[in-house]
This record gives sequence, structure tokens and C-alpha cells, in this order.
Amino acid sequence: MSALLRVDGLRARRGGADVLRGVSCAVTRGEVVALMGLSGAGKTTVLRALAGLEPFEAGEIRVDDVTLGAGRAAPPAVHRKVGMVFQFHHLFEHYTAIENVALALVHVQREARPAAEARAQALLDELGVGARARALPRELSGGEAQRVAIARALAMDPPVLLLDEPTASLDPARRGDLGRTLRTLAASGRALLMTSHDDDFVRACADRVLILADGEVVEEGTPADVLERPRHAATRALLANGD
Amino acid sequence: MRPAGRRLIALALPVLVSVGLAAQEPVLRWGGDAEGGAPFVEADPNDPTRLAGFDVEVAELVAGDLGRRPQFVQIAFASLDQSALRGDFDIGMSGIEDTPARRGMVAASVPYYQFREVLTVRAADRGTYRTLADLGGRRVATLAGTIAYDLLLEAGRTHGIEAVSYDDDVHPYSDLAIGRVDAVLLDHVLAERAMRRHEGLVTHPEAVEVGYYIIITAPGNVALRDEVNQVLRAAMQDGRLEAIYRRWNIWNEDQPVLFARVLAGADTLLDAESVQLPTRWEATLRYLPSLLRAAVLTLVLSCLAMVLAVGLGVALAVGRVYGDRVTRAVCTIYIEVIRGTPVLLQLFVLYYGVSSFVRLPAFVAALLGLGLNYAAYEAEIYRASLEAVPKGQLDAARTLGFSERQIFSLVRAPQAFRFSLAPMTNDFVALLKDSSLVSVLTVVELTKQTQIFAANIGSWAIPGALCAALYLMMSLPIAHVARRLEGQWKAPTAS
Repeated sequence: MSALLRVDGLRARRGGADVLRGVSCAVTRGEVVALMGLSGAGKTTVLRALAGLEPFEAGEIRVDDVTLGAGRAAPPAVHRKVGMVFQFHHLFEHYTAIENVALALVHVQREARPAAEARAQALLDELGVGARARALPRELSGGEAQRVAIARALAMDPPVLLLDEPTASLDPARRGDLGRTLRTLAASGRALLMTSHDDDFVRACADRVLILADGEVVEEGTPADVLERPRHAATRALLANGD
Repeated sequence: MRPAGRRLIALALPVLVSVGLAAQEPVLRWGGDAEGGAPFVEADPNDPTRLAGFDVEVAELVAGDLGRRPQFVQIAFASLDQSALRGDFDIGMSGIEDTPARRGMVAASVPYYQFREVLTVRAADRGTYRTLADLGGRRVATLAGTIAYDLLLEAGRTHGIEAVSYDDDVHPYSDLAIGRVDAVLLDHVLAERAMRRHEGLVTHPEAVEVGYYIIITAPGNVALRDEVNQVLRAAMQDGRLEAIYRRWNIWNEDQPVLFARVLAGADTLLDAESVQLPTRWEATLRYLPSLLRAAVLTLVLSCLAMVLAVGLGVALAVGRVYGDRVTRAVCTIYIEVIRGTPVLLQLFVLYYGVSSFVRLPAFVAALLGLGLNYAAYEAEIYRASLEAVPKGQLDAARTLGFSERQIFSLVRAPQAFRFSLAPMTNDFVALLKDSSLVSVLTVVELTKQTQIFAANIGSWAIPGALCAALYLMMSLPIAHVARRLEGQWKAPTAS
């Protein structure tokens, strides 16, 4: 199966230092891939580059039929292909949950508001937060906010979904729910790439793990392979730290 | 009003005078307004540390005869009565007019000079505007808090004249020359001086009214007032007053008549019946409509100025946050120049400074001055608020494919507006009160109207309380609305 998301030799410099030194990876439809690494390894930079939020110095990113090149602004089309769920959700504080989800449908997709809101409500229902549609972000719990954020990222129906530390704001009981949700999303034909520090969650939910160290992918495989029989020092350090 | 330089000199004068003369004999502190200018009291053009003027010489004469050394105290013309009550000086004089209200408030001397209220017009209008009756529907200027102003208010009721009050006696004539007003009613002493400054003005010699200059003391200091009366009468008799007036070219045929009546024992030449003062209550009722009108003007002016300030402020803030290097620099320079210079100066520049190219009506100049000034402050509030919107909000919007313009209007600006609301409310209330500054452009807003009211009834108690109540009636609802808006955004919507 051909990859929906393909990264080749991604290099990025920030503040005079090499943050990414040639990262390559691919994610196919139906797959959940976890990007792990110590703090500062460059996980978030990879995600932000894929989402078209940050430029990069060299390499290429292909999402479905859209290409992001080095040193150029991301083409607008990338935003229809990639949805992003931020670690702190970044829901629009002045809009209700349903408005957060419907906003891009109305203003980017130019859908009529009733149709957009119906679709937003359906997404919120699917994610189990339909009852909170009229709540403002500050009235939502961490778990609810995350579900609304996922619904918002899915509103434009992007085939690729990126999640930055999705378990960070969840208590352990909620992580199981999130895992099931992500599996369902992948099963519907999407490619999911997430960063995580949580090896239990990754074991339970990811198909593959990439270990990022010093701006490079140093190890790659199934969670069972990589996390149970780590070969690289960085992976062992990661597991030992519990970081 | 005078250029800032002369104002500084006026402030520095008392200090210089008191430092210059070591105390040998007891001083006689005399209060006057050096801003009133020649020929009353002004800084000597040849030596700005010295005062010159016929009132200066009369003050020196009085002090000399009382065996005291004169010491000048700078007091704004409109505040002379209040300062007498406070005891800021022993005697006050600076073309102070004899009025029943003043006699009711402070101790007043015999009149020492008789003047005519005369009408000055542009030469071309010499035949058209001869009397106040000819000026129905026209704008006529004068100095605030004078008999002439009361005459114009009266003429407003009888002939439909629009009275325009100034805080100084220079700009009425300069505005007459450039056509902002159609006539000036003031003392002939001032009119003659103005005619020397401006070509193309003529003064009708007939007196619209006759008035008298007096010296005032604190109401409790009748003893000093009586001594002053003795000195004045003596100087009328021995020709010393005449000599002063001749030196200053203000001697005329009215003065011997005045001197004769004063020497015959008259303490005032005001009509006995006009000395009947309205009660405070009557005066309040009489002034209430104009006070309310002034309050409405204040509110309308402040609202319009705020609309301008918000609009321009948003543009400046957007320029600073999103603009290229040149745009950012232009916006920053505007903000720093406007914030760094006094709003009063900006108002003067707009109204008087540019009047040779653009002759802005007073209300428009006031509106522009306040609006352009407050825009600089609003811009900084909006810039800070825009920058306070978390970057994550903008990133989230970008990943959804919004354009930068949409991100601004849908996400950043609405959130920034909430941060701005409290400081903006603050500024609006401040603007409401700062609007009183525009009275220097002849706009009679609430504070100015209150001053006129207070000057005429000789007390600040009732006018001050009414004025404060009116300002509060305007500012409290604004604060209330702002609080409700803030509350609405914080309150949970129906879930």
C-alpha cells in the first residue's frame, strides 16, 4: 500500500542549531504511528512542519498529492489534507464547541451555516461530546476539550491527522477511550501520526513506533519490537526515564 | 491664549521678582494675570523678568502709598475672585470689572477706570454690523466671564446672536480677522490694541455698555479695601492716575467724569437696581438648561471622538503588528509624537496653528484633536491586546486553512477586543473628562459652562455639584455597560 504521508530527508535549523538532520518516514492509510523521543529531540518540529506551520531547510513532505518543499510557504491545499490536534488543544476561546468545529466549514469551505453546524454536531456526537456542543472551551474538562479539538481537526475531513502528546491532559482511565477513538479514525481510512511520551499508550494503540534522537530517526518498528527490545541507546534512555 | 513661552515667563515672574528684591519693607501681594497682556499687565518686552502695564503702575502706586513693596502673584483671570477668597493675594487687579455678583462675593474698591464695551467688525462689514441687533444669527466673540459675555448671552435671547467665549483677548480678534466670527464685543482698551495688530478691523466708537475696573480684596479685608479707596481717590485728585493713563494712551474724556463722581463720594457707579442679585436658586434654574445642553455636547463630542480614536487606533495597531518596516515606523512615530506632546498643544495647532490653510470649525477641531490624540493611546492598547492573544490560537487557525485576514477578523481581533475592553472603558471615561480641554477652542462644554455659571453666581458649590453629578451620570452607565459586556463573555452560554 502506498504511503499517504511521506517525509524524505527533512532538515530544519532553529536558532543556529540543527533540530532535524534528515528525518524520513512514511505513514499509510489505516495506520497509527507514534513518534517518540526525549524532550528536545525534535518531535514537535516534525509535526509542525507536516502541518505547514513551520518552514524547513531541506527535504520534502508529500501528503497525498500535495507537496511541501524546503524554504517555501506551505501551499493552502495542505490544510485540507492534514488536521492537527495540539497538546493544549488551542480551542478558540470565544467560540462554543460547535462553533469551533463549524468555523472552518463556514469560512474556508464556504458551507452554509446550518449544514456546517449539522456536520459539526454529528462529529461531536461521534466523539461522544455532542451534549457539550454549546459549551465554551473554558467550561470543558481536559478530555472533553481534546475531543472537541479532534472534531475540529476532522471537520475538513483531512486524510492525515497529527496529534501532539494526545495523552498529556488525560487521566489514565480516559486514555483507553482515546486509544479506541484513534483506532476507529484509522480504521476509517486515515493516517495518524502522534508524538507521545507515554509508552503504555503507544503499546496499546500504535501500529508502529519511530524513535527520534538528535534530529534523526534512530529506530523504527512495532511497539513490541522497539519498546520491549530496544536496540538504540536513546530508546533505552527514553524507557528508563519514563520520560 | 498666549504662546507657551509667555506662559512660562508668567509662571517664572513671581519667583524672579521675589528673588530679585530682598525684603526690606512689608510686601503687598497683588494678584493679576500677566497672560491678559498689555496694556494691563504683561512681561516687559525689553526685559521679560519685569512687568509692565497700567495696572502694574496702579498697583505700584497703591503699594507705595501704603508704605509697602508690591509683589506680583500670577493668577488666571477667571480665578481672581476665587483667589481673593482663598487669600492668595492682598489686592487683585487686572482689568477686573465691577459687577453686582463680584461685589456680593469679594470686597470691591471704588472704580478707577471707566471703559466702553465696543463692537469690532471687519472693515467690509462696517455698514452691515453696527449694533448687536444687526448680528442676529451671527457668531460674536468675547472673553469668558466678563460683562461683555453676559451682554452677548442676553443678545442671544433677544437677537439670536451666538455668543462665542474665549479664554484670552487675542484670539477673538484673530478669529474675527480670518472670518471664524463676525464681531467681537470687548473693552475699548482691548479693541484699540487689537486694531493695531490686525489690519482690516474697525471698531464702532459707540459704547454698547459702560463698565468700570476695580480692585478687589478678600471679603473680610474691608480695612485694606478702604485704604485702597483712599489711595485711589488721592491719586485721582493729584493727577497721578491721569499721568499713568496718559502714559499708556488710555486717557479719554470719560475719565474726568468718573473721577468727579468717585471724588464726590460714589463707591460704585452700578445702578442700584442692578445690584439686586438673583438668589442661588433662581440662578441655578436659569443656568440649568445651558448646563444640560453643555452636558449633551460633552457626550456627543466624546462619543464621536472615541469612534475616531477607536477606528484610527485599530488601523495604527494593525500597522504596528502586521505592517512592513516602513508602516511600522510611521505608526510608531505617530503614536510617540502624539503621546509625547500635550493634547492642549495639539488642539491649539489644529485650531489656530493650521488656520491659514484649513479653517476648521471649533467643534470639528475639538473632535479631531481629541480623536487623533486618543487614537495613539487606543493603538497601544490594541497592539498589546493583539500580541496577548496566544500564538497557539493563531496556529490552530492556520492549520484549518484560514487566510491571515480571516485569522485576524475571526480569531485574533475578537479575543484582543476582550482584553482591550477594560482599558478602553477607562480611556472613554478619561476622554469624557478631557473633553473639557476643548473649551480653549471656544467650545462651551460642561466644565466651561460650569465655570461660567460659577463665575456669575460667585460660588462653586452648586455649579460644582451639578457638574460632578452630570459627569457621573454620563460615565457610570458607560462603566456599567462595559462591565456587563465583560460579564457576558465570562458567563457560560446555555449548554
